[in-house]
Amino acid sequence: MAGHELEPVIGLEIHVQLRTATKMFCGCALGFGEPPNTRTCPVCLGLPGALPVANAEAIHYGLMIGMALDSELAPVSTFHRKNYFYPDLPKGYQISQFDLPLCSGGKLGKVNIHRVHLEEDAAKLNHAGASGRIEGADSSIVDFNRGGTPLAEIVTEPELRSAEQVGEWLRLLRTTLRTLGVSDVNMEEGSLRCDANISLRPTGSDQLGTKTELKNMNSFRFIERGIRAEVERQRALIEEGESVTQETLHFDPKTESITSLRSKEEAHDYRYFPEPDLPPVVITEAMLARAAAELPELPAAREQRYIDELSLSPESARLFAWRAELADYFDAVRASEASLEPQQAANWVTELQGRLGDQEAVDSNVTAASLAKLASMVASATINQGGAKQVLDQLVEHGGEPEAIVAAEGLEAVGGADELAPIVAEALDANPELTERLRGGDMKPIGVIVGEVMKQTRGRADGKEVTALVRQQLGLS
Amino acid sequence: MSEELQALSAADAAAAIAKGDLGRGELFEHYRARAASDELNAFTWVAESMPDSVDGPLGGVPIAVKDLFCTEGIPSQAGSKILAGYCPPYTATAVANLEAAGAPILGKTNQDEFAMGSSNENSAYGPVQNPWDRSRVPGGSSGGSAAAVAAGLAPWALGTDTGGSIRQPAALCGIVGLKPTYGAVSRYGMIAFASSLDSAGPLTRNVTDAALFYRHLVGRDSADATSVSFPEPIALPTSERLDGITLAVPAALVDGDGIEAGVRDSFEAALESARGLGATVVSCEIPSAPYALSAYYVIAPAEASSNLARFDGVRYGLRVDATNLDAMYTETRHDGFGDEVKRRILIGTYALSSGYYDAYYGRAQRVRTVVASELSAIFQTADFIVTPTSPTVAFGLGERTADPLAMYLSDLFTIPMSLAGTPAISIPSGLSDGLPVGLQICGPAFSENRILGAAHALERAIGFDGSSAWSAL
Repeated sequence: MAGHELEPVIGLEIHVQLRTATKMFCGCALGFGEPPNTRTCPVCLGLPGALPVANAEAIHYGLMIGMALDSELAPVSTFHRKNYFYPDLPKGYQISQFDLPLCSGGKLGKVNIHRVHLEEDAAKLNHAGASGRIEGADSSIVDFNRGGTPLAEIVTEPELRSAEQVGEWLRLLRTTLRTLGVSDVNMEEGSLRCDANISLRPTGSDQLGTKTELKNMNSFRFIERGIRAEVERQRALIEEGESVTQETLHFDPKTESITSLRSKEEAHDYRYFPEPDLPPVVITEAMLARAAAELPELPAAREQRYIDELSLSPESARLFAWRAELADYFDAVRASEASLEPQQAANWVTELQGRLGDQEAVDSNVTAASLAKLASMVASATINQGGAKQVLDQLVEHGGEPEAIVAAEGLEAVGGADELAPIVAEALDANPELTERLRGGDMKPIGVIVGEVMKQTRGRADGKEVTALVRQQLGLS
Repeated sequence: MSEELQALSAADAAAAIAKGDLGRGELFEHYRARAASDELNAFTWVAESMPDSVDGPLGGVPIAVKDLFCTEGIPSQAGSKILAGYCPPYTATAVANLEAAGAPILGKTNQDEFAMGSSNENSAYGPVQNPWDRSRVPGGSSGGSAAAVAAGLAPWALGTDTGGSIRQPAALCGIVGLKPTYGAVSRYGMIAFASSLDSAGPLTRNVTDAALFYRHLVGRDSADATSVSFPEPIALPTSERLDGITLAVPAALVDGDGIEAGVRDSFEAALESARGLGATVVSCEIPSAPYALSAYYVIAPAEASSNLARFDGVRYGLRVDATNLDAMYTETRHDGFGDEVKRRILIGTYALSSGYYDAYYGRAQRVRTVVASELSAIFQTADFIVTPTSPTVAFGLGERTADPLAMYLSDLFTIPMSLAGTPAISIPSGLSDGLPVGLQICGPAFSENRILGAAHALERAIGFDGSSAWSAL
């Protein structure tokens, strides 16, 4: 391997909790924070004699996801049983899909989709004791409220090449799913969960290396950090001439450590077979028509619309379209001040988001109306860029109205020869040496003069205007 | 009075109650007392009193219910130690339908554990004795239900049939047993053995009772995705003739080894009766029949291995405490399941294992498709397929327990219809050395009305009297 660059090969398996009214195979309402085991029935408790009935709404959501991902939708889809023992799995098998998933193939952004299938979520285990895991727990208790929640499992082809790409693509997927309205897609609450299959290979090779599976990371940050750590772990192994072992891994974000959950030898034989309690799902024209009719505008279409209709830069269009909350916020800013140039509005939304980190603009102190007001004050030269950024800082920090802040802080733009000319003249007088050099055609010191003027005006002057005045007063054309 | 009561069929008793000639409480108490003094081990639980409201067309004629059905607040143990004392929080749809029609629960009946067996000897609650000869088995797995009806301890009973579990014990006990079209009766609340084969049906004293009982059993259930609504109402049979009816006899199967001479004689006599009623008897072939038994003993255990995974000691039933999770699972299932259940879980787990699936489960499913298409082809030219229900009469307790394969052969004639999902009835065709022989009549899917009609005509012609098996009054 020495002498070759190594590239990561990453495929994702994403579990999405669907926002149906009831569970995947019974009539229980979905549980969110209710007292344990209050959203249960004989079916989702796996009581003797109970039988599953597939949730038609979950199938509908599955079809919408398949359409959004440009998948091929199966005319007939079947459920299978995935057999294994665990206390969070009351029947001793999970009802999932195997060789006839609801959706096959597809593409989102630049990443090809392998398949999308429906299944049921497991119950939630709580382990009492120091380990926090079932091994070594003093006791473990099961809350079946979550058990049976509908899940769509989305599997990508192994086409991602870095942790950053994974993060960017997952945000696009989350936006797509949120736009569809099929899921809350909240990673912290577990309605969007991601496993990553990771391997390394010499750059340019078409072979796949031995992969490991990194399980259940519950935030974008942890996913990116986990993948980065695992890529480095594998890289170190390979560079030392050792081989990667196929295994399932757990990333601990607190310690940044990666531990093995089980090796390939310990892997389950799930003994998949067709679920005899559920007839095959036949996808009718009516079902397809309904799913198609309910498809909202998807990120790719929104991106194109921003470019075509609003003449946004491709960068702004993608930034917003791939983050639906941000695009919605941008739309709200424009709606609040109709005269704003869309790209100007976009620049101010981008400026704001840059100050917010992981926080969404809509959740910040800055209302769309106040950002719109600020942008239009800049557009009308009531305030200049520098002053506006100071106002934005205040808005982010404390909220409030831009006009009030401008008035209170005296940040109105200083402009026009009447106001600025004396200040420029003063700055030239105070720096005779530099003024001489400028007169002599050496323009390097002009920045110092402009800086002096800005200092005097506390940034309220427009740099270009100051430069023009300097040249005018020194008789330079 | 009690002899007169005992002599009434369930349908007659319902009519007498409807006319006001018989009190429903009196009828219930008559059978309750008999069930409570059961010496055959047919019952695992007997009601203490009649429920308050028993209105409906069945008029209060009580039912014995196989312990495989969940009954709210009443032990439902499926013949297994792993469910000892388990009282479900809900009632199976089939039972609820009968209760709603006015048939209160008299008791729960013994069975082979999880319906796996042909002799009722695989019950954690002990074997059941055949009322015709107490040294013999009643058949299985609905052995308790069959023995209870045959002994006159219950007017009628609810059983289940996966590979013959209604028909074979009905035959061995000299009563009528109907296995419905797959899906005609809800499986919700029936503890699953093999989901794609399980069906629930009546065990009764005569064909009319079977029709009346079945009328209130069928129906689409929104809780069972595999259930369907029956395309027509179930009629009470009136046929007395079989004119124009063609009966097909699978010659190679019926002429094969292992069929007892007495059974063959009784079968031939039944065919003669049928001819006398105007039927034409022809020969047919089910070439896949020899493979049907093998296919069944792959498919049923495969599904069972998965269906029985829920008995893990976590939520209900037996739990054997141990030092860790895997040990708890192992010890619980080791102690809770009997040998036959363990055998089938092992067979089924193996058959579904990665690398073996196609060779076993996949191939068995293909055999199943072939069996179904062969039966369907026969029904193009014949109305019914007829066979003896069981190759033998009731065998001795303990006689076959050491030889599972010999036990599995009990289902030779009943399994093809289970694989095809088609309906079949067993009616008594007579006695062989004092023990009942059963005649099986099978038709295409949803032909129950026609099957019941033909069975009714033959029943009249045969004139079987099972009252000698009623235990002493």
